[in-house]
Amino acid sequence: MAVEVSLNFDQILSSAREVYGTELRKMADEGMEFAFVCSDNVAPSSEVGKLMKAYPDRCINVGIAEANQVGLSAGLALSGKVVFSQVFGPFLPLRAADQIHADIAYNDVPVRLIGTHAGVTSGGGPTHNAIADLSFYRAVPNLTVVCPADANQCAKVVRQSMNYPGPMIIRIARGAEPDVYADNDYEFEFGKSITIKEGSDLTLIGTGSSVYWSLKAAQKLEQYGIYARVIDMHTIKPFDEEAVLKAATETGCVITVEDQSINGGLGGAVAEIIAESNIPTKFKRIGLPDEFAVLGEPNDVYKYYGMDPDGIAKTVREFFNR
Amino acid sequence: MMNSTVNEWTIQELEDKAIDIRKDLCTFIYRIGIAGHLGGELSMIDMAVALYYKYMNYDPKNPEMPERDRLILSKGHCAEALFTIYQDMGMYTMDYMVDHFETLETAKFSMHPNRKYVDAIEASTGSLGHGMPIATGLALGARMSNETWRTFCIIGDGELQEGTNWEAFMTAGHYQLGNLVAIIDKNDLQMSGPTNQTNSIDPLDEKMRAFGWEVIEVNGNDMGEVCGALESLPPSDPHIRRKPICIISNTTKGKGVSFMENVVAWHAGVLNKEDLEKAIESIENTRKVR
Repeated sequence: MAVEVSLNFDQILSSAREVYGTELRKMADEGMEFAFVCSDNVAPSSEVGKLMKAYPDRCINVGIAEANQVGLSAGLALSGKVVFSQVFGPFLPLRAADQIHADIAYNDVPVRLIGTHAGVTSGGGPTHNAIADLSFYRAVPNLTVVCPADANQCAKVVRQSMNYPGPMIIRIARGAEPDVYADNDYEFEFGKSITIKEGSDLTLIGTGSSVYWSLKAAQKLEQYGIYARVIDMHTIKPFDEEAVLKAATETGCVITVEDQSINGGLGGAVAEIIAESNIPTKFKRIGLPDEFAVLGEPNDVYKYYGMDPDGIAKTVREFFNR
Repeated sequence: MMNSTVNEWTIQELEDKAIDIRKDLCTFIYRIGIAGHLGGELSMIDMAVALYYKYMNYDPKNPEMPERDRLILSKGHCAEALFTIYQDMGMYTMDYMVDHFETLETAKFSMHPNRKYVDAIEASTGSLGHGMPIATGLALGARMSNETWRTFCIIGDGELQEGTNWEAFMTAGHYQLGNLVAIIDKNDLQMSGPTNQTNSIDPLDEKMRAFGWEVIEVNGNDMGEVCGALESLPPSDPHIRRKPICIISNTTKGKGVSFMENVVAWHAGVLNKEDLEKAIESIENTRKVR
């Protein structure tokens, strides 16, 4: 599949929250039936806030009560609705873990839990960081877990999720992020990763915001004669195992990049596949180490932990001694 | 909808039905040979019988009828009580339930209910404190769809120590969900002892009123009082915003089996043949001579 990435990805910033809000509003205007739930986490002036104003009968604000929000969303789904439920990301898997596990996943209901403020994007420090959510979601049966690479992909995910069975987690960053894709004219399929750049020396696999970082790093690496394949692993569950095996076979080196703890998330998933494949592969995980992150603005934190494009490129060069 | 003759059930007929269900429940627990949560199951039988046989819009031949009333069993560990009612209503035979109880790949029934295996189960529950948020969502969903069905949620009293109940009570009160009925099976005991010595939930009526609910308090093991409470429910109209209704159903844990009544150890247990015979005799002795 030919995929055109953004040529000016440094300049084009879009907020997934705003873009998906606009998309939901469009979907409602088109006559799609769904309910929306939030927990005091939607600004009235935002696009989602406008949706709530336009469709008050189908939008519920439960106040600051994430566990109640997730259970209530399951109930709405059991009444026959597709439900979009926006939760402050760090509290979704932590406060409402039992509700995700029992009410959403075990009951297998069409609730789309939209976790905002992925990773350290909140800037609020460890209480407000979502660092272990992917590790948890990966172990919960029935969940589909999606981390859109950019805002427009998030809109695609939201629209396509209307006809997708079962529960889904949609993990997005706090605010504006660079666009990865130049346009929306590409095919998106849940569980099927997208190779956004070809390369023969190694494969960088990102998910969510880290797809952009990986792409940018790959661009830098070309100056050193290192050609990296870049994969947008937008769906963490079900996982595109085939793409990993192909990358391992064809490039012999796989590096994962994620705004999450390196324990159990994207890196964990890829490590498990490679370890069981018997394909000799160099492998490294880039992400948040096993510590509560240093306090700082997200971009500073990424730089500190070598997760920004320069840091990724540096790690790769060390791997290749170039 | 249940046919009109069934809806003409008298209090006496419902009392006799509750006795039959208690006996069947004990037989079921004996036959599966593993611990059932008999204490809390026996305490809620009268309310569950009144709901399923008379007051809920429910057709056992069509358990997915869109306009049916919904019942969520928040105290999911008491699922065998509902399963016993379902077999009596003709949805399963007891032999089938025994043959499909925790039998791995062929299992349909277990300690906690699974909605994907048993049509009559509206939500898979088990982890405590989950029923009320789900029921609140269902009631909101009915309102959004302009549907008149009602949502009932049966909650244990010890279970009220879980904070999510109170989050949902607050939400239901705020949204004035008049189509929602919470039934608290207040048998005053929990696994480790009396509820008021563990972490007291009293004064429950005042708390519920403070959360925006209308409270009806009954002896939940007196069929006349149970029917009186359910009879008094106003019509479920999604357009009318009014207080949700909480029925505080004061019950006796282990009700009907003299050696189980108010005995903490019978929160859960297995029955041997001798226990079963004694239990059935004890339950039969509660039948009123008419």
